[in-house]
Amino acid sequence: MPDIQSPLPGTFYHAPDPNSAPFKKPGDAVAADDTIGLVEVMKTFIEVKAEVEGTFDGFVAPNAEPVQAGDVLAKVR
Amino acid sequence: MAIGKLLVANRGEIAVRIIRAAKALGIRTVQVHSEADADMLAVKQADEAVCIGPASAAQSYLSIPAILKAAQETGADAVHPGYGFLSENAEFARAVADAGLIFVGPEAATIERMGDKVAARVAAKAAGVPVVPGSEGRVEGEAAVMEAARAVGFPVMIKAAAGGGGRGIRIAQYEAELARLAPQARAEAQAAFGDGGLYIEKVIVNPRHIEVQVLGDGTNAVHCYERECSLQRRRQKVWEEAGAFGLSDETRAALCDSAVALAEAVGYRGAGTVEYLYDDASGAFYFIEMNTRIQVEHPVTEMVTGVDLVAEMIKVAGGAPLSLSQDQIAVNGHAIEVRINAEDPLRQFMPFPGKLTSLAIPEGEGIRFDHFLFEGYQIPPFYDSLLGKLIVHAPTRAAAIDKMAEALGALDLGGLKTTIPLHKALAASDDLREGRVHTQWLEPWLAAGNLTASA
Repeated sequence: MPDIQSPLPGTFYHAPDPNSAPFKKPGDAVAADDTIGLVEVMKTFIEVKAEVEGTFDGFVAPNAEPVQAGDVLAKVR
Repeated sequence: MAIGKLLVANRGEIAVRIIRAAKALGIRTVQVHSEADADMLAVKQADEAVCIGPASAAQSYLSIPAILKAAQETGADAVHPGYGFLSENAEFARAVADAGLIFVGPEAATIERMGDKVAARVAAKAAGVPVVPGSEGRVEGEAAVMEAARAVGFPVMIKAAAGGGGRGIRIAQYEAELARLAPQARAEAQAAFGDGGLYIEKVIVNPRHIEVQVLGDGTNAVHCYERECSLQRRRQKVWEEAGAFGLSDETRAALCDSAVALAEAVGYRGAGTVEYLYDDASGAFYFIEMNTRIQVEHPVTEMVTGVDLVAEMIKVAGGAPLSLSQDQIAVNGHAIEVRINAEDPLRQFMPFPGKLTSLAIPEGEGIRFDHFLFEGYQIPPFYDSLLGKLIVHAPTRAAAIDKMAEALGALDLGGLKTTIPLHKALAASDDLREGRVHTQWLEPWLAAGNLTASA
């Protein structure tokens, strides 16, 4: 089961903005270049890509909380 | 009432700068910080430190209740907001005053007035400060649009009177183009906002950004001359100078006097900056906005005038009149500041919140490095990327550029990607040295590949 890891330390967000739905919900199909979340690092938002194909299995890191580089953000099966 | 204990409601290099000024004035300091900033340099330097919340700025440096609670618990009698965060938040300034504390800055009402674009433009015009020529309010009908455009002069910008931001803006270079574009703009404004009214404003082509430093005590104001901040990327200043190159004495005097007139007209207290667009072609300058706080680039002004701007703003906040009159403020030589950011300029300025493994700082007369670094410091990813500011001072602009190139060569932040390579390339640029730069210069220069790994 591939884990999607944070490329950088920062703050992880599940949705493009606070008023939008999350990028993915469990059961959604995932393509390799799909964005699954954002990491805010030094006021810059970096898109996190799935990099694998499969079915979204849920976020691991909570929304709007700090993450370290390499932390597992979400799972794809 | 002179200030006895100052709470610093900010972080990073400006917190260090404020503590330095407070210590020199014999004022005790309280540094607030987030959980992610417990080991920052200002925390180590302040007399006391208080953790006010989690890493997220919204829950720490932007939390008015948390900051006021820290002030009350430590018995601070004043709050310095620095720049960014709550520094231009009128609600914060009011809350500080309502809590019986001194806000180191202007009155809340002044922040509010200058923070409102329309109110600020009205205040500037009333004080005799030139503003970008535009139609006085909305214009309707082809004839009125053409008349307004002729009055302000081509090229002109056509905006929806009811619109906000950059939506639907069109630029007409000459009359025939305006005649073609105005009906489109009106139809679009009608469709988007239910209001076909238009607003016409003169376009300043490739303007320079020049700003004037002012100091006020609520009654009197003085200026500390101007800064040139035309080198910008994504509207962020990159390289700043004092003074602006190539201004005539008459233009410089008119520019600086207009900033003082505005500061006095609004009863300005503290350090502030009046920003202008400068049209190289005509030598005309136009008010953009007033920033009611200390600015990142204040050190270049300190280097050429010898005025300690942060100390002065603390003193007037404590109730003292300005310690300087205009005739005591003179410019000596030229100063340049570059912003050292934790970003990789060779990878689209990707943030680089790494760990500083070694630190070498250039030293010598006329060299200053304002920063918050120490060896082993892990740069937190939660805030902006500014690590420090390298500032040089020399007798002439050409000598200052040479000195900057030399100082950059001696600055080494081990383990980090920073904007140092960008500044080295800029210091070697003929366009910059010859003054052929403006606010639209840097981004195309970068896009043209002037910055390479070998630079």
